[in-house]
Amino acid sequence: MANMAPAHTPESTGADGETRRDFLLHTTVAFGAVGTAMAVWPLISSMNPAADTLALSTTEFNLGGLQEGQAVTIVWRGKPVFVRYRTPAEIEAARNTPMNDLVEPAKDEDRVKKGKEKYLILVGVCTHLGCIPLGTKAMDARGDFGGWFCPCHGSHYDTSGRIRKGPAPENLKVPPYQFLDDTTVRIG
Amino acid sequence: MSTEKSVWRRAFEWHEARLPLVSFIDNSVGSKYPAPKNLNYFWNFGSLAGFMLVTMILTGIFLAMNYTPHKDMAFDSVERIMRDVNFGWLIRYMHANGASFFFIVVYIHIFRGLYYGSYKAPREVLWWMGILIFLAMMATAFMGYVLPWGQMSFWGATVITNLFSALPIIGEPIVTFLWGGFGVDNPTLNRFFSLHYLLPFVIVGLVVFHIWALHIPGSNNPLGIEAAPADKIPFHPYYTAKDAFGLGVFLLVYFAIVFWYPNILGDPLNYVVANPLVTPTHIVPEWYFLPFYAILRAIPDKLLGVLAMFGAILVLFVLPWLDTSRVRSANFRPWFRVFFWLFFINGLVLGWCGSQLPEGLPLVLGRVCTFYYFFFFFVIMPVVGWMETPKPLPASISSPVMKAAE
Ligand code: HEM
Ligand code: FES
Repeated sequence: MANMAPAHTPESTGADGETRRDFLLHTTVAFGAVGTAMAVWPLISSMNPAADTLALSTTEFNLGGLQEGQAVTIVWRGKPVFVRYRTPAEIEAARNTPMNDLVEPAKDEDRVKKGKEKYLILVGVCTHLGCIPLGTKAMDARGDFGGWFCPCHGSHYDTSGRIRKGPAPENLKVPPYQFLDDTTVRIG
Repeated sequence: MSTEKSVWRRAFEWHEARLPLVSFIDNSVGSKYPAPKNLNYFWNFGSLAGFMLVTMILTGIFLAMNYTPHKDMAFDSVERIMRDVNFGWLIRYMHANGASFFFIVVYIHIFRGLYYGSYKAPREVLWWMGILIFLAMMATAFMGYVLPWGQMSFWGATVITNLFSALPIIGEPIVTFLWGGFGVDNPTLNRFFSLHYLLPFVIVGLVVFHIWALHIPGSNNPLGIEAAPADKIPFHPYYTAKDAFGLGVFLLVYFAIVFWYPNILGDPLNYVVANPLVTPTHIVPEWYFLPFYAILRAIPDKLLGVLAMFGAILVLFVLPWLDTSRVRSANFRPWFRVFFWLFFINGLVLGWCGSQLPEGLPLVLGRVCTFYYFFFFFVIMPVVGWMETPKPLPASISSPVMKAAE
């Protein structure tokens, strides 16, 4: 074809010195990379929690049998949940703690349900590396702040489950829960 | 005498001409690989590591024939291997103690490299391949230890996977991804089994690169100087014989433990089935992770602790550039030698600290030793290399011997 312009030959150079062949090579590689990433995605994704694992399970528990000062561990989603019937002294200690003494400032009021302040419900998993803190059983060590003590690397939690000392970076988590009646609570 | 080749010889040559398998082995670890003639017994540990890798893969494959990777059955299936499967106790004890001996061998191998400067030019990539093997071994051993699903399996897995939660933003999703759930559970056990089976073969691949990189410059030697061709001897039969002798001695020790003290290196708590609701009061990893565990706990901040722990291994990658001395062997480095042995003892003390509860003396000592660990790499390595006057190097491997003979 006599009238073929130079700009259309494979070797012709564009403004930035890139030939048409370079352009084809780069787009091919880019498409290949995107295609590979898309092919790998299902494999990676299969390792995340499956639908049945994710299906939010709930646990109901009757607090009626719990006495003041007592605590129990119940299981929710395969993990321990602490329920403690706090004494007035423990509640007071939690409420009187100045916010700037806390690693992760949080009011005790926001960690319990209004009118049910005596029941403290927490996910019983240390926010450091996932051990289960002591302090629920009667004879357990409760740490320097009267709440829970994690023996793995020495984290101390107070009577609101807030981290006070040790390597854990955050307070014990409060799970989603609601009271169904005066003494029945549903977690999840 | 006839010059006619035997039919076997001709068949062999026909095959070699098409796939030179025997020549390949002979060139790699046989009579065609010239090695310095002055290698000492510390050079046995490379082939010992190779032997342990094969042992682990073989025993592992047979364990897997009787093992069940399910949270309700894993523990019992291991107990069944121990009690009912023919020689199951032997295979499992060889595998469990084999991991320990694999690490003993590899640690000596690494310290050998540190002492004789085997990481220095032109062996940096060889050194990198070694660190990658070490990392893959740690991952393999960690996941293997989870498989019997005892208390230490479960809580060790919980603590180690939770390390990743220290990373900002991506931390939590990564941990959920690793678990495949809300905690260490059946999906975790399943994938750990899959990866525990896979990774040793990745290690085999890395070993191929390691040996390949070794053959470019050839082996280092206790003097750390280039070996002239006249100072080299064929690997086979000289070092194959020496390695075989070393292997015999090694097997005596390894099997003494397997037969008479098979549980001495393990934690009795791992004979208690995993309970996700009760954390043992004192969680310790297997002994080969203790120094790094001590570094993790020495630092009171979660993220910094995790970074220090990983940094303690990753620093090895840049070691060839941190060390400013061009003399390889510590035999000629009077100052470095002192700091090297201090570093060695420091490692042992760190290991002890890692096995104790993190309070009082072990905590303080752990912090001091963690400091020295990094001080050694980031300060001593560059500064000593720069300030020290090395002893004069011999002109060749033979020259000191020849002089003595005169
Ligand atoms: C780099 C090589 C390997 C290392 C360092 C290693 C390490 C370990 C460790 C530390 C354990 C726990 C032992 C215990 O306390 O019971 C284990 C268990 C196990 N490994 Fe391996 N392993 C390796 C290769 C393999 C291979 C290739 C397989 C093949 C499938 C395998 C299969 C198993 C099985 C089935 C178990 C569970 C049974 C048991 O706990 O004894 N391993 N491994
Ligand atoms: S896991 Fe609780 S302090 Fe480390």
